[in-house]
Amino acid sequence: MAAEQGVLFVGPWPGAGLGRVIRALLLLLCFAARGGTLYFHIGETEKKCFIEEIPDETMVIGNYRTQLYDKQREEYQPATPGLGMFVEVKDPEDKVILARQYGSEGRFTFTSHTPGEHQICLHSNSTKFSLFAGGMLRVHLDIQVGEHANDYAEIAAKDKLSELQLRVRQLVEQVEQIQKEQNYQRVRGWAGSGGLLPRSCQLTHPGAACQIHYETQGTYLSELHCKSKRWDDCY
Amino acid sequence: MLRPGSARRWLAAAGRWSCRLLALLLLVPGPGGASEITFELPDNAKQCFYEDITQGTKCTLEFQVITGGHYDVDCRLEDPDGNVLYKEMKKQYDSFTFTASKNGTYKFCFSNEFSTFTHKTVYFDFQVGEDPPLFPSENRVSALTQMESACVSIHEALKSVIDYQTHFRLREAQGRSRAEDLNTRVAYCTCLPRRILLLGAGRGGENNS
Repeated sequence: MAAEQGVLFVGPWPGAGLGRVIRALLLLLCFAARGGTLYFHIGETEKKCFIEEIPDETMVIGNYRTQLYDKQREEYQPATPGLGMFVEVKDPEDKVILARQYGSEGRFTFTSHTPGEHQICLHSNSTKFSLFAGGMLRVHLDIQVGEHANDYAEIAAKDKLSELQLRVRQLVEQVEQIQKEQNYQRVRGWAGSGGLLPRSCQLTHPGAACQIHYETQGTYLSELHCKSKRWDDCY
Repeated sequence: MLRPGSARRWLAAAGRWSCRLLALLLLVPGPGGASEITFELPDNAKQCFYEDITQGTKCTLEFQVITGGHYDVDCRLEDPDGNVLYKEMKKQYDSFTFTASKNGTYKFCFSNEFSTFTHKTVYFDFQVGEDPPLFPSENRVSALTQMESACVSIHEALKSVIDYQTHFRLREAQGRSRAEDLNTRVAYCTCLPRRILLLGAGRGGENNS
């Protein structure tokens, strides 16, 4: 009833009522599309870092969206296009693998080539920020790792998979992720971090297989494939 | 061209239906998802995270401290009205499940304010509602076939395997952190007395000659 009256009342022309309907529909879409992302506040010069411990050849996708506090309206508004975020990703050896500036809304992707702790750091780039009276920036962040980063709709369209095929494909991806993690932990658990391979393992070429002899209860023989003489490069 | 009367009626109907749909969407818990984040918490710092949750959604917050000091942190979870749903001090690991009693922004904070010089690395997993379905049109009325049901069961089982792996990895990281910590302390404890002894012996030698 109230909606009907609202539509009839607002403005002398039908277009005004239409505007109200469009606004309602947009709000509808907003709620429908909203995945409910986590957000936090970051200061003007603050740098926030996140750690992802991942096996090698794992894809990580990060989506973020920023909002700036508007003192006049006393609420958070989508940040101005000039305000961007600087994203820096470091691999376990502290080497920078991604250092890019994105806009107020962005998506960054990287694939790990070395297993271990990767560090993702975010900080805002704008100096014009101080115009907003030293306010806080609200950052909505969503980081997806490995299998979760897959866009199944895209995979289904590209490979023309049926529903059942897509489900099985998801299971295959999950199992692959589990295997990668197990291999990573297997080496980690035995060797810890750092350190060189025992002399008994002579690498003829990168990726060579190595028979490592471990004394546990009796003897436990295992084969490791190593890219270099360091334990961390074995899987 | 539409007559003004019918246009108005159409607009009125559209307005009514969009409002009803909107109300329906607000009531029904949305697809949800999970956020798994590992972050650094400096000493004397507090870090808060927020999320908008619809009423009736079942949520789980799980956290674990990986590195730093005594591997403990204060955690606090509040509902949109500021009521404290969960509050624990100096906890190493915990898991808390709750159902959102009202719509709004839920806030959870991790505090390292009791520590004067140790940074902490904290992992948390905040699960809101169910994972989004594989297919957008998942709300189909027809039942899943046997094959599809089997796939769903396997998917759920694999999810728990991945969950166990995550916990194993975190525990390994924590163990490694403790070992390295201990190693540093032992090296310091043996190195320093030895150095003092050598210095003392050197001085003694000088005095004698």
